Amino acid sequence: MLRLVPRQTGSTWMLWSAPVLAVILTVMAGGLMFLSLDVDPVAALGHILLDPFSTTYARAELLVKSAPLALIGLGLSLGFRAGVWNIGAEGQFTLGALGGGVVALAFWNVEGAWLFPLICLGGIASGMAWAAIPAYLKVRHNTNEILVSLMLTYIAVLLISALVSGPLRDPEGYNFPESRMFHASAVAPILIEGTRAHIGIALAPLIAVILWGVLMRHEIGYGVRLFGDAPKAARFAGFTEKGTVWFCLLLSGGLAGLAGALEATGPLGQLVPDLPAGYGFTAIIVAFLGRLTPLGVLVGAFALGVTYIGGESAQVAMSLPAAVVGVFQGMLLFFLLSIDVLVTNRVQWVVPAAAKIKAGP
Amino acid sequence: MDFVAGILVSLVIAATPLIFAAIGELVVERAGVLNLGVEGMMIIGAIAGFAGMVDSGSAVVGVVAAMAAGATLALLFGLVTQVLLANQVVTGLALTLFGLGVSALFGQRYTTYSLDRFPRIDIPYLSEIPLIGPVIFAQDALVYLSLFLVAAIWWALKFTRLGLVLRAVGENHDAAHALGYPVIWIRLGVIAFGGACAGVGGAYLSLVQTPIWVESMTAGRGWIALAIVVFAAWRPWRTLLGAYLFGGFTILQLHGQAFGVSIPSQYLSMIPYAVTIIVLVVISSESGGSRLSAPNCLGRNFQKPK
Repeated sequence: MLRLVPRQTGSTWMLWSAPVLAVILTVMAGGLMFLSLDVDPVAALGHILLDPFSTTYARAELLVKSAPLALIGLGLSLGFRAGVWNIGAEGQFTLGALGGGVVALAFWNVEGAWLFPLICLGGIASGMAWAAIPAYLKVRHNTNEILVSLMLTYIAVLLISALVSGPLRDPEGYNFPESRMFHASAVAPILIEGTRAHIGIALAPLIAVILWGVLMRHEIGYGVRLFGDAPKAARFAGFTEKGTVWFCLLLSGGLAGLAGALEATGPLGQLVPDLPAGYGFTAIIVAFLGRLTPLGVLVGAFALGVTYIGGESAQVAMSLPAAVVGVFQGMLLFFLLSIDVLVTNRVQWVVPAAAKIKAGP
Repeated sequence: MDFVAGILVSLVIAATPLIFAAIGELVVERAGVLNLGVEGMMIIGAIAGFAGMVDSGSAVVGVVAAMAAGATLALLFGLVTQVLLANQVVTGLALTLFGLGVSALFGQRYTTYSLDRFPRIDIPYLSEIPLIGPVIFAQDALVYLSLFLVAAIWWALKFTRLGLVLRAVGENHDAAHALGYPVIWIRLGVIAFGGACAGVGGAYLSLVQTPIWVESMTAGRGWIALAIVVFAAWRPWRTLLGAYLFGGFTILQLHGQAFGVSIPSQYLSMIPYAVTIIVLVVISSESGGSRLSAPNCLGRNFQKPK
C-alpha cells in the first residue's frame, strides 16, 4: 500500500520540478481533452505551444500578455507567502486602468514627457486605494480579505462599465461605451518598433529584481517570509500582523494598478468595458507556478502568456472555443497543487496490516 | 396586492439558488472543510442542468445531472485537499477557475436554446390564500426542496448521530480520529454533498430564473453564498434569513428600474456586492462573534498520525 510520510524538511528538488511536471501533465490532459472534443490533439497542441514563438509579432504579443501577469503575480506572491489572500487583483487592475485613464483623459491633448509617469502613478494609487479597503477592514474589523477583495472586483468591473458609458464616454464616439483614444503623450512607449511591446515588458523584470532584494535581503521581506512560515515567531520577533497585511495588500494592489494603467495606455489605447479580461485571476496561477518567488513569477507569467497567445492562435486556426484557455489554466493549477504534496511528503510502500497476519507460518 | 406578491415571488426565486449553495457549504464547513469553489460548482451545475434538460426534455434529469456534476467537481477538490493535502484556499480558487472554463467549453453548444417554463406545483387550497398563497404555495418543486433541505439539515446536525460525528470531525479531527471515525471519508462524503447542493443552486439559475445558458451566469453568487455562511454564523436557519436578505438586494436592481430610479443600471447591480461587504464587516466586528462560532478545524487538513 502506498502511504504519504511527511519529510523532515521540504524537498527543494521537488519544489522546482513540480511546475515542470504540472506543465507536462497539463499538456497530456489537454491532448485527451481535444480527443474527446473530436479535435486533432497534435495539431491543436502544436498551435498552442509553438505559434507564440513563430513570428516576431507573436513573440512580441507573448511579452505583451506576460507583462501584466508578471506585475500582478509579483505582488500577489509576496502576500500569499505571508498568508494574506488578495483574490481581488482583477479589481485593483481595473481601478488602476481607470485611474491611469482618468489622468490621460484629464490632460487630453496636453503634450509632455511628464504625462506618462503621472498616468502610471495614477494607476498605482488607484490600485492601492482599492486594495486598502480589504486591508483596512481586515486589520480594523478582522473581516475576511478573500471575500471583500472579490466583491470589490465585481464592483470595479461594473464601475468601469458605468463610467465609459457615462462621464468618460468619447463625445465623438457615436454613443459607443468607450473612452476617447489616448493621445501620443499618454500612451505607453513602444520598445520594439512595429509591435505592441511596450515599456511594461522592461518594468516587470526590473521590479522582480527589486522585490527579490526586498524579500531575501531586507527586514520587511524577512517579516513577510517569517509570517508565512511561523506566525508566532514573527510576532515574537516584533513584526506585527497589521503591518504585514497593509504591506502585502498595498504592494499587490499598487502593482496590479500599474499593470492596469499599462494595459489601458499600451495595447488598448483607451478605456473599454471589457478591459478586465481575467489577468488578475490568472496571476494567482502565475504566483504559484513561480513558487511564490519573484524570479520564478517571471517564468510563470511567460508560461501562462503562452496559453493566451497559443489559445488565440488555435481559436483562429482550428475554430476552437475561447474557453479552452481557461480550462488549460485551471488544469495547470490543479496538477501543480496535487504534485506539491511531494514537496513536504514522500511516498512510502507500507505493508498493509491485514497482509502481515496472513503471512504467518 | 398583486404587485407586492410579484415582488415577493421574485424574491423567493432570487434567494433559492443562494439557499442551496449556502446550506451545502454550511454542512461542508461544519465538517471542517473550507471549499471556496462554490462559484465553480454552481456554474458547472448550471450548464449540466441546462444540458440535461435540453437533451432529455425532463426537468428531473436536468436537476440530477446538475447534482452529479457539482458533486464530481467537488470530489476533485476533495481528492486534492483531503488525499493530496493541498491548501484548501488555493484549491477552492482553482476549482472556480476550472469550473468557469469547463462550463464555457461545454456550454458552447447550448447558447442558442431556451427552455419552457419550469413546472410549477400549486399546492391545493393553500395556493389560493391571498398574498401568501402565490408566494409560498405556488412555487416550483425546487423551492420546496430548498426549504425542506434547510429543515432537514438543521434536524440532522442537531439531533442525529451522523450530525454529531460530523460536527466532531469539524471541531477536533484528531479526537474524532482517535474515537475511530474515518475523518477523510466523512469529509469526502460531505464535500460531495456540498457540491451536489451547489450544483442544484446553479441549475436553478439556468432552469428557472433566466431560463437560458449564458457564460459566467452565476456572477458571483457562489461567493455571496460563502458570505451567507459567515453571516449565518454556521447555523442552518440563519442561512434562510441571509439568502432572502441577499435575494432582496439582488431584485432591488430590477425593481429599482421599474420604480423609475434614474441612475445607470450598473450602480444598482453593485448593490448586492456592496451589501455583502457591509454585512461581513458588521458580522466580523461583533465582539468575538464569528470567530467563536466558526468550526475549530475549519480549513485545516487532517493527516493520519503514523
